[in-house]
Amino acid sequence: MSTPISITVNGESRRSQASTIADLVRELSLKPEKVAVEHNGVIAPRSTLEDVPLADGDVLEIVTFVGGG
Amino acid sequence: MRCLADTAPRMTDQPKISPEASSDGWEVAGHRFTSRLIVGTGKYKDFAQNAAAVEASGAQIVTVAVRRVNISDPTQPVLMDFIDPRKITYLPNTAGCFTAEDAIRTLRLAREAGGWDLVKLEVLGEARTLYPDMRETLKATEVLANEGFKPMVYCVDDPIAARQLEEAGAVAIMPLGAPIGSGLGIQNKVTIRLIVEGATVPVLVDAGVGTASEAAEAMELGCDGVLMNTAIAEAKDPIRMARAMKYGVIAGREAYLAGRMGRRKYADPSSPLAGLI
Repeated sequence: MSTPISITVNGESRRSQASTIADLVRELSLKPEKVAVEHNGVIAPRSTLEDVPLADGDVLEIVTFVGGG
Repeated sequence: MRCLADTAPRMTDQPKISPEASSDGWEVAGHRFTSRLIVGTGKYKDFAQNAAAVEASGAQIVTVAVRRVNISDPTQPVLMDFIDPRKITYLPNTAGCFTAEDAIRTLRLAREAGGWDLVKLEVLGEARTLYPDMRETLKATEVLANEGFKPMVYCVDDPIAARQLEEAGAVAIMPLGAPIGSGLGIQNKVTIRLIVEGATVPVLVDAGVGTASEAAEAMELGCDGVLMNTAIAEAKDPIRMARAMKYGVIAGREAYLAGRMGRRKYADPSSPLAGLI
């Protein structure tokens, strides 16, 4: 197991063991096909989630569709 | 550059589209739909009621918002479990965005989440009226169109602004009938009609419709469709109102294509005068 890193997810800081964005999505029990991820202000295309490494201090936004008019 | 001659005024009683187009729906950015009613997915009691209302409305497009996922409880039900995006087109919106930058960021995420280029852009000017900020809206429309998005744009009921949006790359013009969530009905029929006459992309009244007759009114003005949320969600019986809106839109469209009778100042008997006893 790697050393946990400190990241900010949806405005909340947390410790994570994840080494890639895909790891993080799984760690949060989310379904990758139902979310979109912004990594340090840049969209992380779904096809690259397995490859994008996470580093200490990273800021992530994970969003999905909700009801709206 | 378009010139004024392109948008020469025409008689209100002349349908913009040939009658045969009535049965086979409308098209936006290459996507064809038979229902001219777009419904929102906010404010419902629960997802099941929302899904039933969408079904009753016959809508093929629903608007959805983009928000942070619930990290604390990822097992909570989500909209996609109830309204299948493979059957109903999700139209992601930018509700709550007050700058072009926020709206663009939201839609880039939406495109990644859903894979759709067809989006609803709305950039709001203030919370009290939720009136659109047209300077920011125009800016965002241009950027989004350049990035390959197909923005359907919520806007003021101003024919000049509508033309500018079209030039900036809007694939549909969606003027408000009245403030969002107000249910006040179409306040300015003249400007809606002028927008319809001038546009070469679909025009949909977005916001302000409160009941079925107002949906019909929008269609009688020649609009290609109507977008609504609160009128259905806040009705005492949302599912029944969804059905009413479906019929209202159909009735209004048919009436527009049929061409209404002329107005007379005085009576004109419907029974023959000849042969009176």
